[in-house]
Amino acid sequence: MSFVDFRNVWLAYNEELLAKGHFAVEDISLQVDEGEFIAIVGPSGCGKSTFMKLTTGLKMPSRGSIAIGGQPVTGPLKISGMAFQAPSLLPWRSTVDNVLLPLEIVEPYRSTFKRKRREYEARARTLLQSVGLAGYEDKFPWQLSGGMQQRASICRALIHEPKMLLLDEPFGALDAFTREELWCTLRDLHAAQRFNVILVTHDLRESVFLADTVYCMSRSPGRFVVKRQIELPRPRDLDVTYTPEFTEIVHELRGHIGAVRKSGAAIAQ
Amino acid sequence: MKITRRMERWSPLLVLAAALLLWQLVVAAFSIPEFIFPSPWQIAQDFAAFKGPLLEAAWKTFWVTMLGFALSIVVGVLLGFVIGSSRLAYTALYPLMVAFNAVPKAAVVPILVVWFGIGLGPGILTAFLISFFPITVNIATGLATLEPELEDVLRVLGARRWDVLVKVGLPRSMPYFYGSLKIAITLAFVGTVLAEMTAGDSGIGYLMQTAGSQQRMPLAFAGLVTIGAMAMAMYELFSWVEKRTTGWAHRGSQAD
Repeated sequence: MSFVDFRNVWLAYNEELLAKGHFAVEDISLQVDEGEFIAIVGPSGCGKSTFMKLTTGLKMPSRGSIAIGGQPVTGPLKISGMAFQAPSLLPWRSTVDNVLLPLEIVEPYRSTFKRKRREYEARARTLLQSVGLAGYEDKFPWQLSGGMQQRASICRALIHEPKMLLLDEPFGALDAFTREELWCTLRDLHAAQRFNVILVTHDLRESVFLADTVYCMSRSPGRFVVKRQIELPRPRDLDVTYTPEFTEIVHELRGHIGAVRKSGAAIAQ
Repeated sequence: MKITRRMERWSPLLVLAAALLLWQLVVAAFSIPEFIFPSPWQIAQDFAAFKGPLLEAAWKTFWVTMLGFALSIVVGVLLGFVIGSSRLAYTALYPLMVAFNAVPKAAVVPILVVWFGIGLGPGILTAFLISFFPITVNIATGLATLEPELEDVLRVLGARRWDVLVKVGLPRSMPYFYGSLKIAITLAFVGTVLAEMTAGDSGIGYLMQTAGSQQRMPLAFAGLVTIGAMAMAMYELFSWVEKRTTGWAHRGSQAD
């Protein structure tokens, strides 16, 4: 049974647009198994962030149904963690306190927070160390570089041990070298903890390197036009990105996106 | 000539000394009588002579102001929280508050005297009424301008609105809050002295009023200097508190 189950989901942003038949995303169907890593690639404004909002329960579908873990989605999920393009760390808290923030909000951690604070803090520090931020736990966010802040942001998304990690173009603001480093960090975290990942990105290489399945979304109104299994064996080294097989896959997907961009309909407002 | 750090630090004192010197020279040169415009030297003499009453009055004004100021912090923060967190409250209350704030508090003092009698009441209340508005506005602004990205981080976890306001909104508003305290404290002093002058029986305002009516200008000016010194000391205190507690917000301006 799939963990994430979208069936024929349509979303219009408000009543007016719904009446006019202007949808942000159309006929989205997708099934994600437990532990699977999927990536969604598409042009700007195609509805990727809308898709994220549907997955996290921040928006309800106009048509169709969404079920996660077998349960229909009725509101924001506590079993998911999310990281955005901007790290959005709270500047008045140290890095470790920032990572602890979800535990102050989400049950069952929230009610046991005072009692188990030391245990939680140790967990946060271990997590930070595992992504290479040892020694920076007590520093403030502005003392960290962009890549480090993003790493901390991902730790914050994982501290409450979610079953699902949603990443909305998390590496978009980073330079190429830092990006590749963080790909490996993410790959390792996923291999160790086996949560679901839904990664939204512009970067084809990123999606093919990291994901088990890549979905291409058309321009607005967004539809999935391609679904491609990535058969490359795990664990994947960065070197694989320079092999012919890899390049072929990326090239193929690029062709699909190119076709999508040329023939796209006028963007619905 | 290179401006050194040391020169920068001493510059305010140099300017003050120069101003005092100029003042003294002008009064001496034009032989301005004492009861029109006293010189710094005459003021200093009266300061020494009336040290006792001056300090006593200053102390009275000080703690009356502090009481009014404490009240305005409590009310200012609560009101600011309500207004900043609810768009309805914002639209409904803001115009009324602006209108209220525009009324000169000097006009309000006689009313307060009728209600509370001469003495502490009008002093504390005027200080409060005149100084709570900046605090309210700043807290409300801090909350209302909360960046959606910071909010999203919590909403995705299923946080309630209250959580978002308390964990993100309020800490985020602290720089605005401490900034407003600096303004509010000086306003509070104005309020107290105003009440004392109009309808007080003690404090610096009352002393200045009495001295003025007896043509003792140097004493009145000495009172003025006392208030100025107190207000400045409090301003500096809150400025220091602001730097200590909201260092995270000032990191951009620390480049020297």
